[in-house]
Amino acid sequence: MSTYTPPVKDASFVLDQLVGLDQLCETLQLDEVNTELATVIIEEAGKLASDVLAPLNRVGDEKGATVADGQVQETAGFADAYQQFVENGWATLTGPEAFGGQNLPNVIGTAVNELWHSSNMSFALCPMLSQGAVEALIAHGSDELKAQYLPPLISGEWTGTMNLTEPNAGSDLAAVAAKATPAGDHYKINGQKIFITWGDHQMTSNIVHLVLARLPDAPAGVKGISLFIVPKYLLDDQGQPAELNDVSCISLEHKMGIHGSPTCVMSFGDNDGAIGYLVGEENKGLSYMFTMMNHARQAVGLQGLSISERAYQQALEYSQERTQGSRKDGSKIAIIEHPDVRRMLMAMKAGNEAMRALAYRAAADIDHAHQGDPAAHARVDLYTPIVKGWMTELAQELTSLNIQVLGGMGFIEETGAAQHYRDARILPIYEGTTGIQAFDLIGRKTVYDKGAALKALHADINDTLTQLSASYSPQLALLQSKLKTALTHATAAGEWILENSASTPHTLGNVSFDNLMMMGYLTGGWLLAQSALLASQLTTQDNPYGDAFLQGKIATACFYAEYFLPRVSQHADTVLTGLSSTFALTTEQMQGA
Amino acid sequence: MKILVAVKRVIDYNAKVRVKADNSDVDLNNTKMAINPFCEIAVEEAIRLKEAGSADEVIVVSVGPKACQEQIRTALALGADRGIQIETDDIPESLNVAKLLAQVVKNEEPGLVLLGKQAIDSDNNQTGQMLSALLGMPQATFASELTLKDGKVQVAREIDGGSQTLSLSLPAVITADLRLNEPRYASLPNIMKAKRKPLTVTTPETLGVELKTHSTLIKVTPPVERSAGILVNSVDELVEKLKNQANVI
Ligand SMILES: Cc1cc2nc3c(=O)[nH]c(=O)nc-3n(C[C@H](O)[C@H](O)[C@H](O)COP(=O)(O)OP(=O)(O)OC[C@H]3O[C@@H](n4cnc5c(N)ncnc54)[C@H](O)[C@@H]3O)c2cc1C
Repeated sequence: MSTYTPPVKDASFVLDQLVGLDQLCETLQLDEVNTELATVIIEEAGKLASDVLAPLNRVGDEKGATVADGQVQETAGFADAYQQFVENGWATLTGPEAFGGQNLPNVIGTAVNELWHSSNMSFALCPMLSQGAVEALIAHGSDELKAQYLPPLISGEWTGTMNLTEPNAGSDLAAVAAKATPAGDHYKINGQKIFITWGDHQMTSNIVHLVLARLPDAPAGVKGISLFIVPKYLLDDQGQPAELNDVSCISLEHKMGIHGSPTCVMSFGDNDGAIGYLVGEENKGLSYMFTMMNHARQAVGLQGLSISERAYQQALEYSQERTQGSRKDGSKIAIIEHPDVRRMLMAMKAGNEAMRALAYRAAADIDHAHQGDPAAHARVDLYTPIVKGWMTELAQELTSLNIQVLGGMGFIEETGAAQHYRDARILPIYEGTTGIQAFDLIGRKTVYDKGAALKALHADINDTLTQLSASYSPQLALLQSKLKTALTHATAAGEWILENSASTPHTLGNVSFDNLMMMGYLTGGWLLAQSALLASQLTTQDNPYGDAFLQGKIATACFYAEYFLPRVSQHADTVLTGLSSTFALTTEQMQGA
Repeated sequence: MKILVAVKRVIDYNAKVRVKADNSDVDLNNTKMAINPFCEIAVEEAIRLKEAGSADEVIVVSVGPKACQEQIRTALALGADRGIQIETDDIPESLNVAKLLAQVVKNEEPGLVLLGKQAIDSDNNQTGQMLSALLGMPQATFASELTLKDGKVQVAREIDGGSQTLSLSLPAVITADLRLNEPRYASLPNIMKAKRKPLTVTTPETLGVELKTHSTLIKVTPPVERSAGILVNSVDELVEKLKNQANVI
């Protein structure tokens, strides 16, 4: 079984140097919050993550949740761990003070969430979903609903779920068919939801389901969906969970990974109709989902980093212990000394650092956007599909490399390498598939605003190139040259997209994936080049990181530039072809006709 | 009643210990540091006594360079009330630490002084004993259970072959063993509060203690690497090898 050590130093470096956390906290008027405090928070959270949550990761994989009589029994040990998580206040981290939260910036929440997901992604999905419910209520709930549901959701005393998907409504939520019927001060909800993460469990005294459903007279399609709160237990006069609502888990899915996270088929209204309360206004449910989407999608992108970091730590440890081959003097060679193994380890390290830089920057831009900064808002919109789409796709490659480093042992379940790989596989699927992210990026985020946000990003990258040019260091020169080439290709591809977006109905869809991956590798390379610049400036100053770390940052950025940045040009080349042969075959021809 | 707890900054028990290339010392550059685990147990016990209403204030003291404020902050995040750092260039040897702590005890007049039984870096197991001698206070080392009653403290201590229970009058010096308790994790609200808790810095000069060197570190070497084992074919061969090759029987 692999252990987990929180990457405190890199997290602290990214927060301090790349995010400018101290400055951000001043803008947010949080006097007592700064990088120093954030680092202590990450260290302390890391203790719970590595001592309590990480050892349960394997347990959840081997003995997933079970269901009987509509009630889910979660993996043994999860309830105690959840209790500790809540007692130590971790659920309250970013919640508003008025409802019992600690009101810390979203970016600190992101840095801490990285640890929960690395140590035990199945477990961490539960508080992650609760956070989604909290966001929805804060943004759109009435004062009464907020007063009733927010404090116990923020403390973690209750958990939350998101009930969107139905058998016929997956990527296309406009097809939601669950029904809501007005019944006095509430609604009766009837219908089935599938794939509901942590839809039921016994860890808390109540569960708050957020459910998308349709009113009887609702317009068809996207404009006819409303959002409801459906508590597992209805509240009594004191606001305490009392009578069981007409909602239950009718079965659990057997999955490829995240076995510790119950994925429930939920049935609402088998008997009399589940009692639900409208959130916000009627027929606005889907637009509410969109307001929360940036946060939710970034949260899943972050999981891509988390699981890859865990995989890297395992590969790094194993590669130092496993010996294959001997030197002339007879001494054994640890596999970490073999160049190809090094390549894999460096790919993992460089990929992770790029993802961390991007995830934290995008998270901090959510904080800036909340302050009403329009440029930050545009960046959030542009970064979000990259964080979700690219990071979860890269996680597939990096968790697979872990298996490769372990060789045959990687393929054997005992080592746990296979679990990380299997767990990672859900990430490009839920919360909007890669296809959906890719189309969001190329459509709404690129063509729709005529490339404005894209050009702003290109300009930011150009600034970094200018700074890199001012340096005499051969390493920074290498970064400059590789990043410049990448930017040139990406710019050409971006212009091609803007010019040809309407040339055929399929053009954007054809190239959307390559555009997504191109943008991901480019942004990652840009942020690592910035990290290298900052690190090289720091080496001449008194700093808390130490030379070995800073030189490591620069060298890791160089590896990324040599290994991953050329992929920008490769994906750009594909974009420039328009992939016009995608639809060259008829379905019959694809069947071999 | 005040409780004073001494904490030492040591290499994290998870971290890999490396020796400097010139064998002059352990290489602590960029190594993860933490509160000595036994000191952490002492802090936990003090906080529990406070939570039980037996103490009003928990004061944490650490001797060392500025970096040891991190460990004081950790103790504050666990629930201690205030911290004192005694600033020195390196962490001095046990007798100096004991003398410095003795002076703080004289100033603060705590009812109870808690320490870890030993630090996991040098494993000396001396400071608590020296402190109690310097202060003329009763001592109980290797505590695995601690109860305050009628102005006395009853301590179960781990000894060879079992446990011994002592009753000490207060103030007293007690050193914590592994089984005394299981330290908690810091809670987020306490981490946030820790920043606002007072941490004062003092020096050996202010405390009127002159640091003296009684021992010198000559050389540090890593333990010899274990060489590969061999398979023997019979018990006779094993006995023969143990006798003639390993010379252990
Ligand atoms: C383990 C797990 C947990 C989940 N948790 C939750 C949860 O808590 N709550 C919840 O509501 N849902 C949850 N889901 C559902 C999840 O969000 C959906 O599975 C996901 O959105 C994809 O929908 P689908 O499965 O219907 O696939 P489909 O929509 O059928 O997609 C199949 C393929 O078609 C592609 N595709 C579909 N439409 C388009 C398009 N317009 N353009 C391009 N490509 C397209 C997709 O990219 C994909 O490759 C979960 C799913 C799983 C497996």
